[in-house]
Amino acid sequence: MRLCGCVGACTAFFMYKSRMDQTPLLQMQGISKSFPGVQALKDIDLTVYPGEILALVGENGAGKSTLMKILNGVYSADEGAITWQGQPVAIHSPHDAQALGISMIHQELALIPYLDAGKNIYLGREPQGAIPGTVHWRKLYQQAQADLAELDLKLSVRTPVRFFSIAQQQMIEVAKALSIDARLIVMDEPTSSLTDREVDTLFSRMRSLRERGVSIIFISHRLEEVRAICDRVTVLRDGILVGTHPVAEVTTEDIIRMMVGREVGQMYERRDRAATDGVVLEVRNLSRGDRVRDVSFALRRGEILGVAGLVGAGRTELAETIFGAHPATGGEILLEGEPVHIRRPQQAIRSGIGFVPEDRKRQGLFLGMSVAANVVMAILRRLTRPVLIRWPRVEAITRESIERLDIRTPSQAQRVRNLSGGNQQKVVIAKWLTLDPRVLILDEPTRGIDVGAKAEIYRLMHQLAERGVGIIMISSELPEVLGVSDRILVMHEGRLAGEFDARTATQNDLMNAATGTTLNRGMNPA
Amino acid sequence: MTPSTTLSWQVTLGNVLRRTVVLLFLIALGLYFSSESEQFLTERNLTNIAQQNAHVIIVTIGMTLTMLVGGIDLSVGSVAALGGAVSAGLIVREGLPIEAAVILTLAMGFGIGLTNGALVVFGKLPPFVATLSMMGVARGLTLLYTNGKPISGMGEAYTRWGRDRLSVPVVGDVPLPVIVALAVVLLALLLLTRTRFGLHIYAVGGHQETSRLAGVPVSRVQLLTYGISGMLAALAGMLLAARLYSAQPQMGVGLELDAIASSVLGGVSLFGGVGNVPGAVIGGLLIGVLGNGMNLLRVASYQQQMIQGIVLVVAVTVDMYTKRLERR
Repeated sequence: MRLCGCVGACTAFFMYKSRMDQTPLLQMQGISKSFPGVQALKDIDLTVYPGEILALVGENGAGKSTLMKILNGVYSADEGAITWQGQPVAIHSPHDAQALGISMIHQELALIPYLDAGKNIYLGREPQGAIPGTVHWRKLYQQAQADLAELDLKLSVRTPVRFFSIAQQQMIEVAKALSIDARLIVMDEPTSSLTDREVDTLFSRMRSLRERGVSIIFISHRLEEVRAICDRVTVLRDGILVGTHPVAEVTTEDIIRMMVGREVGQMYERRDRAATDGVVLEVRNLSRGDRVRDVSFALRRGEILGVAGLVGAGRTELAETIFGAHPATGGEILLEGEPVHIRRPQQAIRSGIGFVPEDRKRQGLFLGMSVAANVVMAILRRLTRPVLIRWPRVEAITRESIERLDIRTPSQAQRVRNLSGGNQQKVVIAKWLTLDPRVLILDEPTRGIDVGAKAEIYRLMHQLAERGVGIIMISSELPEVLGVSDRILVMHEGRLAGEFDARTATQNDLMNAATGTTLNRGMNPA
Repeated sequence: MTPSTTLSWQVTLGNVLRRTVVLLFLIALGLYFSSESEQFLTERNLTNIAQQNAHVIIVTIGMTLTMLVGGIDLSVGSVAALGGAVSAGLIVREGLPIEAAVILTLAMGFGIGLTNGALVVFGKLPPFVATLSMMGVARGLTLLYTNGKPISGMGEAYTRWGRDRLSVPVVGDVPLPVIVALAVVLLALLLLTRTRFGLHIYAVGGHQETSRLAGVPVSRVQLLTYGISGMLAALAGMLLAARLYSAQPQMGVGLELDAIASSVLGGVSLFGGVGNVPGAVIGGLLIGVLGNGMNLLRVASYQQQMIQGIVLVVAVTVDMYTKRLERR
């Protein structure tokens, strides 16, 4: 994939040379936007030519989303002008943007859970039936079916989308954006929860769109993807335009340097820890329905155990079962050699197991509450003796956590909602560290987090491991699993499909194990 | 068998199950009452149930729409009373012809509903608060307009809509209010299943921000939905006044609770985006049948309220349980 990405980038580079002579499809010039207390964007220029894929990268909070919301008419710019095909335009609403031929794939899933795929895809532009105001349902579903088929999705268009996995929903979202006959498609992290197979399908669709002259703005944290598919890359940092370069002319390291404004060391530093023999957690024949089947493994003190597998392979379910969020239907869990009975999260917490869930906004945090409240939530009982909350203690503990994890927040009272993704994740981790856990399970700990914060999370995991905490890290990003873990388990359809030493394993090894013996099984998104 | 076909099969089964649970409940209740009372399963009694609950069904439809769009309309009982009073007043005091009075009253109901909608959409008030305030205001207006006394003497052309029957082939004699209610139900069904506006109601109730990004005119959808609810409440009030031969200033008290209970029994989510008209109608009939049956069995009215509460809890619990089965 890396090789083919390079070839793609090279040919794209020559194609782009000829495109530069054309009138730009979109020009955003001198765009500035401030919110109370924050200058979100300052004098940003962005140009998109017909038939090119432009990467828009930057750390969280760099202003990518704000810029795209201005393009989509959700916000209006304080200053600056937008030119569309050489004509100045004013975009006041998403409707205006759609009318011009701009379509968006939003980072947060923008599907209505109770409506089926067909209705979701054509919401707001339903084909009209015989009588004005009515909907031509048959046409709608036929078109929707065709849209899904173009992405090789074998999903029922009449099933409410909440029954689909996150990855499937994301592909429906892509289908929705593609079904609008758009000149420009903005994709805000469309791949964040897709499997490699689905990413490949998406990329081949993106290439054929490019050949048809459609332009794409592609926002992603995964720089390998930027290299694989994009022609040029525009980098933002702290609301300022750092530069725009042909992808073929810059290295990934260059892009990272532009994003963070400083040198970042090797992303994954392997720490060779002294192997300890002490097993902290052992799982024997653990099962939960058909989601987790007969899983056995041991986690040593101070070890980082990576868990890889495709979406839906049962990794999250395994973690939830160990944590007691969904009780096991069979098997046993041993902590430091002692069998423990975990049916509820409380029991796991009391045994010293912490769990940083996949969806931090919904499962890991109280978004509307303060940093302090979130940090002490797990030890509240200890801080409310005899009855009232001891605020000085809360403050002290929070201060310590903020320092230790380097959480960037204006104050302890700041609502967690207003922190960046990376800092939110640190708050979740800080909460578990207050408990001094023996085992910490992290489910996709760096999803949607920018490069700088990722490195900090890894460093933190290594520190914890050095102090003897056993860490289980579930991740869909193979480079991350390989770079951070000591040992790797691969799951496939609820079972353990392989165990690897991270120093010697390759992405191919993991992929083969994750897809099962026959390569195509389990890869079908349906 | 691919997983996707399994999934859609489960969904269908779940849907069938869910719709059937409340229907089975209704049938079981009917069977029980007919075994306990000989009068229950007579044509006369069944006609009575339909006639006495026509206005509840109409208000329930409006409630279902506002709940689907993610809101609620607590003002329906008061608006019904105001609708009855104003229509009666227009005829009796102002001497307007009945058609004009009815049209003006419906327009007034629509206007009150729009006001509710505007408070929610532009005033950013929670629907509960906006319509709770309107509940007070409309009741106060009714008392002011009627001076706290019933208005009567609307004439036969008005009151016949409360009681008269129309001979329908095959079915027999059907009370006029029931025909009005059926028309409302049918229109609402078409609205929700066939029109763009109907789909937009589900969309806005399902996720407002997403709908906005998809180009759905969110504000207009909400405004219109509250408008329709207000208009239906006024219509229900007129039917009620016609049945009682007079517009009572205190009528329709607690009507909003019956309508909410009916909608919830019918599977309409309090959080918006989920529910349908047939369910709501079945829910409304369940409430009606329960009241009628308990009257026949001479259950004291204090106990009736208690039993209604318990039935609501049981039915909704069973419903939630089947929903969970569906998710499996």
